[in-house]
Amino acid sequence: MAEDVVTLSDGSFDEELMGSAKPILVDFWAEWCGPCKKIAPIVEEIAVEETDRLRIGKLNVDDNPDVARRFEVMSIPTLILFKDGQVLARIVGAKSKRQLLDDLQPHL
Amino acid sequence: MTIPHDSSIRDVVILGSGPAGLTAAIYTARASLSPVVVEGEPSSTSDQPGGQLMLTTEVENYPGFVDGVMGPDLMAAFRAQSERFGAQFVPGKARRVDMSASPFSIWVDDDPEGAPTLRSRALIVSTGARSLMLGLESESRLLGHGVSTCATCDGFFFRGKEIAVVGGGDSAVEEALFLTKFATKVNLIHRRDQLRASKIMQQRAFANDRIVFRWNSVVEDIVGNGSVSGIILRDTLDGSRTTVDLDGVFVAIGHVPNTALFEGLLDMDANGYILTRDGTRTSVDGVFAAGDVQDHRYRQAVTSAGSGCMAAIDAERWLAAREGAEPGNTDTLATAGEPAQRR
Repeated sequence: MAEDVVTLSDGSFDEELMGSAKPILVDFWAEWCGPCKKIAPIVEEIAVEETDRLRIGKLNVDDNPDVARRFEVMSIPTLILFKDGQVLARIVGAKSKRQLLDDLQPHL
Repeated sequence: MTIPHDSSIRDVVILGSGPAGLTAAIYTARASLSPVVVEGEPSSTSDQPGGQLMLTTEVENYPGFVDGVMGPDLMAAFRAQSERFGAQFVPGKARRVDMSASPFSIWVDDDPEGAPTLRSRALIVSTGARSLMLGLESESRLLGHGVSTCATCDGFFFRGKEIAVVGGGDSAVEEALFLTKFATKVNLIHRRDQLRASKIMQQRAFANDRIVFRWNSVVEDIVGNGSVSGIILRDTLDGSRTTVDLDGVFVAIGHVPNTALFEGLLDMDANGYILTRDGTRTSVDGVFAAGDVQDHRYRQAVTSAGSGCMAAIDAERWLAAREGAEPGNTDTLATAGEPAQRR
């Protein structure tokens, strides 16, 4: 499972995104955010199930404010789906697994 | 999400996993009724597993915690305590309930036309209440771009900025106080000229020089392209309009019960709260209601937990009284129409 989830930082963000052949779904989160913790296991499940089509990146906004600011993240959890560095989709707020997959499906 | 169907008939199914539902789970589990809790699904509003306390920080008035307790920690403890006695959890929301006769049928998340997910002799409804929103087009458009439903989640993004909190009750004042840790100025916008919040919260708010009170004011619109840049306030006394430049809006204007699922099935008051009598009995024999779903007056974690305990005991006694009765025998109680027990 660990291979499906990459920890991103302000320093590694661009390199990881541009170097990714598959779309990458970035989970913007923080330790103090309850709803973020609720969807973390769901995001990990998606990472395993969608491993052929998708990579997952985790970005802690507390430690990495630059990337969060660059993509105007003002509410967490926010999930942003990137392909070749471009934003394909943006999902704000915690949701059920079914809702998340419904939101992602058209972009995969 | 696919949830395995349970073909057996359970004694008790509990809808909702806030303080009321989890207390009912603890009591019914200890009474060997093997409760199943339909716990809800993740969201960034208070309509989520664990309920409204999942979005609060320090809870200072729950008895037994001298130094206070964090809302999510308290709910995690409730849940763990119920699991210790064997309560089971189903992730997801009930989409349909058949209450025509016990055993009741509950469909969770998937096909409401297929076989029910759960069937149960008794049912405890504790689906709680969720925060009201303003209902403006701009509010939904700017959600996540300056409009927030979760101060604990999003306060961080407003460090050094000016924001607004809309509302005048305890939730609004608590959010405003919490947000002063980040924002340089918090406009507390209230449609009346005094707060509804408890005295201790009022005193703290008045003593905090980062909070500015805007009395007799309602939010007419939220302004911003891409992200919030201000709000338009209307004075409720003279109708005049003021624009305030700011970066964030947090709404705490009250609650609405999560009872849409039970419309036409259970008797409710004009605001959609389930009516209870003789403790926690509803208009349907074998269905009990506890917590904020039937209480617009007290709405405290401790009163919710208390009514969850009552519902568990009521359900246990109801099940015991029915034991040995003919299947399908509906010993109907006095029907609706008598004055419901409202405080």
